[in-house]
Amino acid sequence: MSARPLPDPAALACPLPIADYPHVLLAHGGGGRLSQQLIEGLFGPAFANPALDERHDGAVLALEGGRLAVTTDAFVVSPRFFPGGDIGSLAVHGTVNDLAMCGATPLALTVSFVLEEGLEMAELERIVRSMAGAARAAGVPIVAGDTKVVDRGKGDGVFVTTTGLGRVPAGVDVAPRRARPGDRVLVSGGIAQHGVAILSVREGLEFDGGIVSDSAPLHGLVASLLAGAGPPHVHVLRDPTRGGVASALGEIAQAARVGIRIDEAAIPIAEPVRAACEILGLDPLYVANEGRCLAIVASEAADAALAALRAHPQGAGAAAIGEVVSAHPGALVMRSRVGGERLVDLLTGEPLPRIC
Amino acid sequence: MCLAIPGRLQSIDDGDAMLRSGIVDFSGIRKQVCLAYVPEARVGDYVLVHVGFAIGRLDEAEARRVFELLDRLGELGELESPPPTGAAP
Amino acid sequence: MKYLDEYRDAAGVERLLAAIRARARRPWTLMEICGGQTHTLVRSGLDRMLPEAITLVHGPGCPVCVTPLEQIDRAIAIARRPGVILASFGDMLRVPGSGTDLLAEKARGADVRMVYSPLDAVRLARRHPDREVVFFAVGFETTAPANAMAVREAARLALPNFSILCSHVRVPPAMEALLSTPGNRVQAFLAAGHVCTVMGWHEYPEIARRHHVPIVVTGFEPLDLLQGVLLAVAQLEEGRAEVENAYARSVRFEGNGPAQAVIAEVFEVCDRRWRGVGEIPASGWRLKPAYAAYDAERRYAVGGVTARESPLCIAGEVLTGRRRPRECPAFGRECTPERPLGAPMVSSEGACAAYFRYGRIA
Repeated sequence: MSARPLPDPAALACPLPIADYPHVLLAHGGGGRLSQQLIEGLFGPAFANPALDERHDGAVLALEGGRLAVTTDAFVVSPRFFPGGDIGSLAVHGTVNDLAMCGATPLALTVSFVLEEGLEMAELERIVRSMAGAARAAGVPIVAGDTKVVDRGKGDGVFVTTTGLGRVPAGVDVAPRRARPGDRVLVSGGIAQHGVAILSVREGLEFDGGIVSDSAPLHGLVASLLAGAGPPHVHVLRDPTRGGVASALGEIAQAARVGIRIDEAAIPIAEPVRAACEILGLDPLYVANEGRCLAIVASEAADAALAALRAHPQGAGAAAIGEVVSAHPGALVMRSRVGGERLVDLLTGEPLPRIC
Repeated sequence: MCLAIPGRLQSIDDGDAMLRSGIVDFSGIRKQVCLAYVPEARVGDYVLVHVGFAIGRLDEAEARRVFELLDRLGELGELESPPPTGAAP
Repeated sequence: MKYLDEYRDAAGVERLLAAIRARARRPWTLMEICGGQTHTLVRSGLDRMLPEAITLVHGPGCPVCVTPLEQIDRAIAIARRPGVILASFGDMLRVPGSGTDLLAEKARGADVRMVYSPLDAVRLARRHPDREVVFFAVGFETTAPANAMAVREAARLALPNFSILCSHVRVPPAMEALLSTPGNRVQAFLAAGHVCTVMGWHEYPEIARRHHVPIVVTGFEPLDLLQGVLLAVAQLEEGRAEVENAYARSVRFEGNGPAQAVIAEVFEVCDRRWRGVGEIPASGWRLKPAYAAYDAERRYAVGGVTARESPLCIAGEVLTGRRRPRECPAFGRECTPERPLGAPMVSSEGACAAYFRYGRIA
């Protein structure tokens, strides 16, 4: 089964062939259109299979006696250490969360390191200890691993890849295709925190605001949500990492061929995070989160779902931000604070601070 | 033209008048800003910051103008002619 | 955030919209100069809330959009040199030159660094005395004081390894040129509030008088923009052609004296080519001879750059308001944000990008 081309909401954009890019660009890893092109144009057709075609964060495989979720992710964040975390804790949380977004209980992680020759051992130790701490706190063991070293100059210090396995409880069926008109869209807390925390320590942009990455494991929160709302009513889960809330919801809208509408005024964001975005000219909808969860739930269970999120320490700031509609299928539309409407497109390249 | 954001001048550094700088607070974000172009600014004032420079000070009284206009619009209902708000030289 | 949030009040927006609807009896075409204003209008959906009678045309108010192709090609040529650190504002990194852009060059190994302030580029030069730091100094009058200060500071420190590639543009000559263009449809201007914060508005009465066109100095938030539109429409309905300052919380008639002084010390007026528009006399700034040592164009002899504009790109017509992005045959087809043919599609508030990202709902 080959990959189908992405439905384009306004039928204006023409998907371009991969051959147009002789070199890998940063944007190919940005989580937006170019990343999608790589998936749709290269990986999808090459690896084609029903599980991959779900286009979800992890693959759920039927097994004798249950269903297994499996996912993998590489972590290349720079700077490697930032307020609220580091590449190690991020690698643990990120993969645990991709399992959680399948509705799975994480069982185990594996890790692969690609290290650049010349990396300080003390730094590696710091990263490894952080990973161990994060894994212990999350209750998920790292059960296998691999290490490779590349020549000096051939790698950016450390690249970490984690693969996760989880068990999907009976009755849980979480996937973009389950989004239905009438469903409500919830977010578990204030957005854009991780991306802003990273920027605050990036050379040339330093600012002081005490903003700390929200990087955290979400499987406990998800379990509470499933219990509170009832598993059949939780249709889609997604953690809005690179590309932010806009990319996550945009992708779901396209995969499920539904329209999604959100209300700018309803989207929670901490004041200093908002201020940082204003100063840099960034749209918070496109800024990465690492400890937040989007949930698309059946309308009859929305109140219970929101209550369940808010009852959990990681979901204290949860809010209902929108709904799934049958209008404009494939498109995410936002109602602005002043009442106007605009299309929220998929990210093009990295969000860059602007002066104008 | 362009992105300039208002913030509250929190502190002024000692030093050279031309490169006079200070800390501006934007709802919890603090950034060092060059104050060379707002020599009249005092701690507590609001300044407009563009690419790390304060390019002007915000006038509290003038800031209320558009709200006075809105009040008048609310009273008028059907608008005849909006009162001029242009500042004369 | 004080002085920001109050100007985003939904009820106030409704009230101003109602006033505009009541006031506009005939169709009018207005232009907002500044890209930042375009950004707010389109991102908040305001432009689609205005009555049908009002046509808002997005003007050439994006320094990214109007930076000549040759300057981008020069920046790329300089960035490719070994030992050079090319420092730039974020906006410029994705603007296409004749074949490539700075971000793509970074992927190929050029040392291209994004900075928030021009002074950060000076700091880079101090921290890396073994490297040549070149700062891509673009912008309108709003950014000129900052760029001028960076050069002044480099001179004061006698930094041998710092220079700027200058591409400054000035608004009033652009307005004149636009108003003098045959086929010009613009009947009133919303002038750029932050340019005027620096330069004041004393240059505008002459323009308003000579071309009989209302000019309202306008801010950047929804209430500011709608107030600007309302005042412009009122003038048009009454046959007036005056300059009004609707951003008086930030703009004074004479502007910012100290900033203008430093600009005058470092820069002098020159002719400039605007991408897609052509040469506009006296519309740019270049470094004064006293600061020639800090001019990257001289230091790196990157003359002889032949810029190749795409024949499909109608940026000039879009920037002067003669055609709307949607009327361009290449819009959304050969020209998209990932594969822009001209800068208005790349800059975050270039007219074409704004429509592509925000406006494509039926």
